[in-house]
Amino acid sequence: MSTVEVLQAPRADGALAAAPAAVLVRPTPAKTHRGIPIPRWARRLIAPLAVLGIWQLVCSQGVFTPIELASPVAVVNAGRELWAEGQFQSNLLISLERVAVGLAFGVTIGLVISVLSGLFHWGEDLIDPLVQAARSVPILGLLPLVIIWFGIGEAPKIFLIALGVTFAIYINTYSAIRGVDMKLIEAGRTFGLGRLGLIRRIILPGSLPGFLVGLRLALVHSWLIIVVAEQINAKSGIGYLINAAQTWGRTDIIMLGCTVYAVLGLIADFIVRRLEKSLLAWRRGFEGA
Amino acid sequence: MALTLDRNEAGAPGGVSVDARDIRRAFDGRVVLDQLSLTIGEGEFVALLGRSGSGKSTLLRILGGLDDGYQGDVLVPKQRAVVFQEARLVPWLRVLPNVTLGLSGGSRGALKGRGLAALDEVGLTKQASAWPVTLSGGEAQRVALARALVREPQLVLLDEPFGALDALTRIRMHALLQDLCARHRPAVLLVTHDVDEAVLLADRTLVLVDGRITLDLPIPLEHPRRRGDPGFDELRSRLLAELGVEEH
Ligand SMILES: Nc1ncnc2c1ncn2[C@@H]1O[C@H](COP(=O)(O)OP(=O)(O)OP(=O)(O)O)[C@@H](O)[C@H]1O
Ligand SMILES: [Mg+2]
Repeated sequence: MSTVEVLQAPRADGALAAAPAAVLVRPTPAKTHRGIPIPRWARRLIAPLAVLGIWQLVCSQGVFTPIELASPVAVVNAGRELWAEGQFQSNLLISLERVAVGLAFGVTIGLVISVLSGLFHWGEDLIDPLVQAARSVPILGLLPLVIIWFGIGEAPKIFLIALGVTFAIYINTYSAIRGVDMKLIEAGRTFGLGRLGLIRRIILPGSLPGFLVGLRLALVHSWLIIVVAEQINAKSGIGYLINAAQTWGRTDIIMLGCTVYAVLGLIADFIVRRLEKSLLAWRRGFEGA
Repeated sequence: MALTLDRNEAGAPGGVSVDARDIRRAFDGRVVLDQLSLTIGEGEFVALLGRSGSGKSTLLRILGGLDDGYQGDVLVPKQRAVVFQEARLVPWLRVLPNVTLGLSGGSRGALKGRGLAALDEVGLTKQASAWPVTLSGGEAQRVALARALVREPQLVLLDEPFGALDALTRIRMHALLQDLCARHRPAVLLVTHDVDEAVLLADRTLVLVDGRITLDLPIPLEHPRRRGDPGFDELRSRLLAELGVEEH
C-alpha cells in the first residue's frame, strides 16, 4: 500500500532509523461485510421468526398440551375459522375504530394543551400541575368510575384511550417545546420573526422530535388500554374476543388475539418510523449505523 | 431632557448609526460593562478587541437588542443584523430558507431571488437546498453572513464570525466582507480576538478592558491593506500593548 511506503520513507535516509517503529492501527474497525449483505428489514425479521419456530417446535414436541399453549399452526387455523365466520374482521375493525377515534381526540387535546403550556407562562401555571397530578393516576383504575359516568357503550373506551394518549403527547411535547434551543429563538428574533413566526418556524418544528416520541408512546398506551377496557366491558372488539375465548376454553383464539395486538403494534411502530424519517430528515445520523 | 435635543429614535445627528451612553451591565453583582460609551458613524467599520471574557459579546448583544438587563441609553438603527460566534442556522430549514428567515416585504419569488443572490455573493448557490448539518464550518459561517446581509441592514454586528475558519477561508471571507460593506455601506461592529484582522479591516479599533473602552484607535491606512505595510506594525503593536501582550 502506498501509505505504508510513505511512512517508511524517512527511515530509509537514516535520520529516523533508530526510532522504534510506532504501532499503526486502522482508525475505524475493519469492515466485516462478507457474502451477500442482508437487507435491514430481513434482519429485523430474524428474531420474530426464530421465536415463532421455537414456539411451534415446543408445541409439536408436546411440551405443553394444546389447552395450555396453542401452536402457531393452531392459531392460524383459529384465525381462518373466525375469518370465515366474519368475527375476526368485525371485531378487529371495531377495536381499530375505537383506537383511531381515541387517538384523534387525544393527540389533538394533547397538542393543544402542550402548546399552551409550553408557550405561555399562564398556560403552564394553569395546565401543568393538573396534568402532572392526573397522569400519576393509573388510567385503567378509572374504569369502574368511567363505566358509571358513561355507561357501557363506546364512550368509556374512547375516553380512556384519549386520556392516555393526551398524557403521553403532553408530557413529551411540552418538554420538547421547553427544550428548544434558546440560541435559535434569539437568532430568529434578531432576524425579524414575530411571535407567530417564532412559533411556526422555530418552536414547533424544534419540538417535533419530542412530539413523535410522544406519539409512539401514545400508540402503545392506546393498545394497552383498549385490550383491558374491552375485556372488562364490551360485546365486541379483540379484547372481547380474548375474554370470550377464555370462557370457551379456546387458547388458540386467545393467542390469536395477542398476535393481532403484536402485529398492530409493529405496524404502528413502522408508521411512526416512516414519519420520523421524512419529518426529521434534517437530523444527520438519525438512521443510525 | 437635554440629551434628547440632539438625539432621536430614528437616527442620531451627523450620520451616527450607534449612539450608546453609559452602558452598565452586571451579572449577579459582577460588573462586566462599566459606564461604557460608544458611537459608530454611518458606514463606519469598527473593530472591537478584548480578551476572552472581557464583555465583547455582552456589548454586542445589547446593541443587537438581545439583552435588556443593562442600564444606560442605547440608540441603534431599526435594520440590524447579527452574525453570531457560532453560525446558528436553524437545523430544520434548508440553506435558502435559513437565509430568507424572517424577511418580509415582497412576494415569495422575490424573496427567494434575494436569498439566492445573497448566497451567490458568498459563493454557495449550489448548497441552497442543503441541510445545515451537512455544511462545513466555513460554509455555515458564510450562510450566516449571507443571512445577515440579505436584509441590507444599517448596522451589522459580527461576533468573531471568522474565529473557527482556516487561514485561507478567512482571507476569502475578509475580502467578501469588505466587498459587501463597500456596496451596502452598513455600519459594522466586528468583535474579534485577532489584532491583525482588526487592523486589516477596520476604520477604527476599540479595545475593551475591565468593562471600559481603554483605547479608541483610528486606522488611517489605505485599502487594500497588507501585513507589513508601513504603519501596520506600529498600529498592531499599540493594540497588542493595550491588550497586555508583550512582543518579542
Ligand atoms: N448570561 C450571563 N450570565 C452570567 N454571566 C454572564 C452572562 N453572559 C456573560 N456573562 C459573563 O460576562 C463576562 C463577559 O462575557 P462575554 O461573553 O461578553 O465575553 P467575551 O468578551 O465575548 O468573551 P469571548 O471572547 O470568550 O467570547 C464573562 O465573564 C461571562 O461569564
Ligand atoms: Mg464572545
